[in-house]
Amino acid sequence: MTAMGRSQAALTFGSNLSDFDVERVRADFPILSKRIYDRPLVFLDSAASAQKPQAVIDAVRHCYEDEYANIHRGVYYLSAQATLAYEAARAKVQRFLNAREDREIIFTRGATEAINLVASSYGGTFLKEGDEVVLSALEHHSNIVPWQLLRDRMGITIRVVPINDAGEFLLDEYEKLLGPRTKLVAVTHISNALGTVTPVAEITRLAHAHGAIVLLDGCQAVPHQAVDVQTLDCDFYTFSGHKLYGPSGIGALYGKADLLQAMPPYQGGGDMIRSVSFEKTEYADIPQRFEAGTPHIAGAIGLGAAIDYVTALDQEKIAAHEQALLAYATDRLSGIPGLRLFGTAREKASILSFTIDGAHPHDVGTILDRAGIAVRAGHHCTQPVMDRFGIAGTVRASFGLYNSFDEVDALAAGIEQVKEIFG
Amino acid sequence: MSDLRDLYQEVILDHNREPRNFCCPPNANREARGDNPLCGDKVTIYLTLEDGVVKDIGFQGRGCAISVASASLMTEMIKGKTAAEAQALFRRFQASMTGEEEVGGTDDLDKLAVLSGVREFPMRVKCATLSWHTLAAALEDAAEKKISTETA
Repeated sequence: MTAMGRSQAALTFGSNLSDFDVERVRADFPILSKRIYDRPLVFLDSAASAQKPQAVIDAVRHCYEDEYANIHRGVYYLSAQATLAYEAARAKVQRFLNAREDREIIFTRGATEAINLVASSYGGTFLKEGDEVVLSALEHHSNIVPWQLLRDRMGITIRVVPINDAGEFLLDEYEKLLGPRTKLVAVTHISNALGTVTPVAEITRLAHAHGAIVLLDGCQAVPHQAVDVQTLDCDFYTFSGHKLYGPSGIGALYGKADLLQAMPPYQGGGDMIRSVSFEKTEYADIPQRFEAGTPHIAGAIGLGAAIDYVTALDQEKIAAHEQALLAYATDRLSGIPGLRLFGTAREKASILSFTIDGAHPHDVGTILDRAGIAVRAGHHCTQPVMDRFGIAGTVRASFGLYNSFDEVDALAAGIEQVKEIFG
Repeated sequence: MSDLRDLYQEVILDHNREPRNFCCPPNANREARGDNPLCGDKVTIYLTLEDGVVKDIGFQGRGCAISVASASLMTEMIKGKTAAEAQALFRRFQASMTGEEEVGGTDDLDKLAVLSGVREFPMRVKCATLSWHTLAAALEDAAEKKISTETA
């Protein structure tokens, strides 16, 4: 197969280059000019963690160089500046998710901590033995294990919504699982292993009709599309900063104010109290109640910068570019004999999971690595998804806003090399 | 490409395609399991150990070409050896993988030299050593028979 030129591929697959100049975007990411084994870096692992634009690096640096001190405490100038910057980042997350109020945004270490927070604080308080939590077969381990911990602690039951061969969430099967004992539904917005977009609005509507509350894991969704928690009407929504081109170790949990207010703290410590004596402690109001200890101040500020970056590029244009890449990559890869794609949902994000006959995903990963191509190989922290398809793992190429059509061609060429070696 | 060819030598690809002793020997009296959950390599080593000699050896499992070929090559050279000889070979192999010594000098070590390309791929050393660590556990009849070479 001959590779199409970039502009031809872009035209054929629907990305308008005048709208979204990927070369200019790439220049914002210093690491992308790196060479790996003397080859240009082709970074196709953004679903694991995305690279950072200069604006995010600068924001973190600016925080430490110019306005760093602990927040919410000092009466002095620098602490006030740092507090303003930290709280401004919270307001950016609020606008980004279109939450009603900024106190509905809690900074966490990431989505994992956010889900643990909800499971422990909400689940531990409002769920009781025999209550049911509904998950889907697409979940990342981080949206499975916290509920199993809760099950062991409280005696709740976990029900799992199956997926079809395309990797699609089965809405009718989901509906059958909902009943009087269903108290909480926790589902991914977009599958990290297969790219499936789940019908979150409908999932939420049905859960609410049964009196259950809904947590959505938005880790893979926010980098690819605009999210409006008020339109979705979900009760909790979470994402990790590092997948959104922001720093690692910072993420956010959105929760409806009345729910958060009814929940006890997740962790105890400084910054989450109103008054402490050895007899009695009065907890702070939300969101501070859930932010015990000194948070990742620079991380939150960096996340704010990442949100600014993504919104300035325009999330709709990013989505269009990534969908064009996905269409082109799907077309290129499905033409390769012996390559099997996993996850062919009608609605999916720019994630391609695949296997190659006769070559283990790790061997594929090693060979691609030597061509400068970074992909993920393994189970992607979704062993139930792998079990569903009867495989140990896949190779996953995930595309971010900075990936180009040339890089899809590089991937296809790398796969040809795998086939050459493994024949 | 050249270091890839050093890694994926024809002998390795051949053992990956058609692993030798890929079975549970009928009279096996020892076994141990190796599991690297992060990369998904799984191997079970079966031994028929009589009078301190490995009369028979087999393995089952799934994994990448490096882990399968390493296990397959290992079974070929361990069969008929005493437990002490097998342990000595394990230590030499391990030392060669960590770059402490060159492989070679004896027939067995010359055979193992096909795996020396792995040293250039530090992330993959754990794949090559999994079956050997599992073998050592089976030989020792260790209480903990679930072995892993992933430290993460």
